[in-house]
Amino acid sequence: MSGHNESILREPLITGDNITYAKITDDILMPVENKPNKAWWIGFTFASLGALLWVVAVSYTFWNGIGSWGLNKTVGWAWDITGFVWWVGIGHAGTLISAVLLLFRQNWRNSINRSAEAMTIFAVICAATYVVSHMGRPWLAYWVLPLPNQFGSLWVNFNSPLVWDMFAISTYFSVSLLFWYTGLLPDIATIRDRAVGTRRKIYSIFSFGWSGSVKTWQRFEAVSLILAGISTPLVLSVHTIVSMDFATSVIPGWHTTIFPPYFVAGAIFSGFAMVLTLLLVARKVLGLENYITMFHIESMNKIIILTGSIVGVAYLTEFFIAWYSGSEYESYAFVNRSTGPYWWAYWMMMTCNVISPQLLWFKKIRLSIKATWILSIVVNVGMWFERFVIIVTSLHRDYIPSSWAMFYPTWVDISVFVGSIGLFFTLFLLFLRVLPSIAIAEVKLLLKSASEQAKMKQIKEGHENKEYVAEYIESLEKFDSVKQEDYAKI
Amino acid sequence: MSDIKYILGSFGDPDEMMHGIEKLQENNISIYDVYTPMPIHGIEAKLGIKRSRIDIAAFCFGITGTCCAFALIYFCAVIDWRVNIGGKPSFALPDFIPIMFELTVLFCAFGMVLTYYASTHLFPGRAPRVMDLRATDDRFVIAVDAKDNVAHTVIDGLLKDAGALEVKYNERKYISYE
Repeated sequence: MSGHNESILREPLITGDNITYAKITDDILMPVENKPNKAWWIGFTFASLGALLWVVAVSYTFWNGIGSWGLNKTVGWAWDITGFVWWVGIGHAGTLISAVLLLFRQNWRNSINRSAEAMTIFAVICAATYVVSHMGRPWLAYWVLPLPNQFGSLWVNFNSPLVWDMFAISTYFSVSLLFWYTGLLPDIATIRDRAVGTRRKIYSIFSFGWSGSVKTWQRFEAVSLILAGISTPLVLSVHTIVSMDFATSVIPGWHTTIFPPYFVAGAIFSGFAMVLTLLLVARKVLGLENYITMFHIESMNKIIILTGSIVGVAYLTEFFIAWYSGSEYESYAFVNRSTGPYWWAYWMMMTCNVISPQLLWFKKIRLSIKATWILSIVVNVGMWFERFVIIVTSLHRDYIPSSWAMFYPTWVDISVFVGSIGLFFTLFLLFLRVLPSIAIAEVKLLLKSASEQAKMKQIKEGHENKEYVAEYIESLEKFDSVKQEDYAKI
Repeated sequence: MSDIKYILGSFGDPDEMMHGIEKLQENNISIYDVYTPMPIHGIEAKLGIKRSRIDIAAFCFGITGTCCAFALIYFCAVIDWRVNIGGKPSFALPDFIPIMFELTVLFCAFGMVLTYYASTHLFPGRAPRVMDLRATDDRFVIAVDAKDNVAHTVIDGLLKDAGALEVKYNERKYISYE
């Protein structure tokens, strides 16, 4: 932290000159303390219309039962579980950024963790609604809990991955919420101490009386570190258990041991893509270019290449094993996947998840905001198709050819999915308005060591190796928020 | 002067504040507390604050979760109502592991965070105890108890020498009370 300098070779995490502690607070709280602009209102209108569609579609499902979906005797699980796994996957990046990157001391996480965690929570809410609505009789949702009952007591089946999943998702959601909220306390206190009147009273209630004393901070850091330590295996366990919903069944195409690592990699892949989709826009609209820099974007793109390649290797391994195992059902499932009636979905998945992320190897693409944003959406589309392919193509041609069928979504299927996206964006846009989208306290930690101005001071002091300085200045070229002319003089 | 309860040295830079703490300590002036907008590493050692034992609490809560999960599953699936699944044993430990793990994390997280809230007196609606409203924004504030340390001019001088931008004399402990 303060007191010693960071290596000049590292890229700055905060750019711009004249950044002070007060300016960090002002910049980050700008959207919270001012009236929203036109872009926000337009986004919010569309998002809330989507959320309304979701309310209609889910209510329709509750009223009429899941017969209103396009399911049939052969394909008994389709868009509902696809949407569920997709959202849970997206919900993985937040905790990965806040927990795993904290353990690895990746300081660049400080500026993106808050909004990524918020995104996680909203994505898991979207996922949870699928769980409840696809139960058919949602008023009996409590049956998934091991509660004493009048059937004997007949307990839930603890051998079933669906029961594990209930424990995993609810633990994940509540622990993520706890982690996020505890981290928010100091920042809510910042808003509280700057506000007046009713606003102050409201933020005062939610700040839990945070004072920022030495002992509070000391315990806060201990709590954050331990929460990160327990959330790291938690985040891995959640998608592992989601994958077991499929892997422990005996359906060809699902019954594979590669599922847990492959699903976890896919989840991180799609989660980072969604973080980029949201933050590239938020950064521009909220004017946070100095805090979410090109370095952050490039780092996230690198994680996307890595996890995208892991997913690609998993696809190929799955295919190889289907052939190598000699199981005719297994190999048929895979041949059917790639060349059967759903070939287009399979190749959509392959293109979006395996081929297009490889474009990020090119520095020019990796550093282009437009290209990154488009690729992040392509990845999200691809990951939706991945789940669709795994689920529907494994089911639609079962053991009796006479019962082979196709799946056609109804308007309710489509509306629940489109509506859940609307719900997600509504929650995210509200979050941007009422809570700081960047962890203020954590970014302040970086100011004296990892900011551009601190490094500039280091260079001006003249004790740094000339070659290193040249390399550092070269690395600044990619930043769109750095004034190059400041470095021309040196 | 007698109404003054706390003297606050308000710094704009964490390093200068650390220097201020050293200065005060050299002159045997006890520090009541320090309020900062971000965690300051190394300040605990300087102020002689003991290491937090919250990790011990976290471990105890976690292990309680493991035991509770095992006890629940064992009671339901092995003692109370054995379900015959293809004649396989009811006591299928590997199948118990996922839920045991999840409940370990759940108990550990909630137990630890609630312990943290309780020990630090954080709860919804608690009146904020703030001595300087800018201590959550851009100021690093050292609070000195004015009743215990009577040499007010000395304290003032020391704080200003160390680089305090402002020295405040608060007649109320917490200005945040309405």
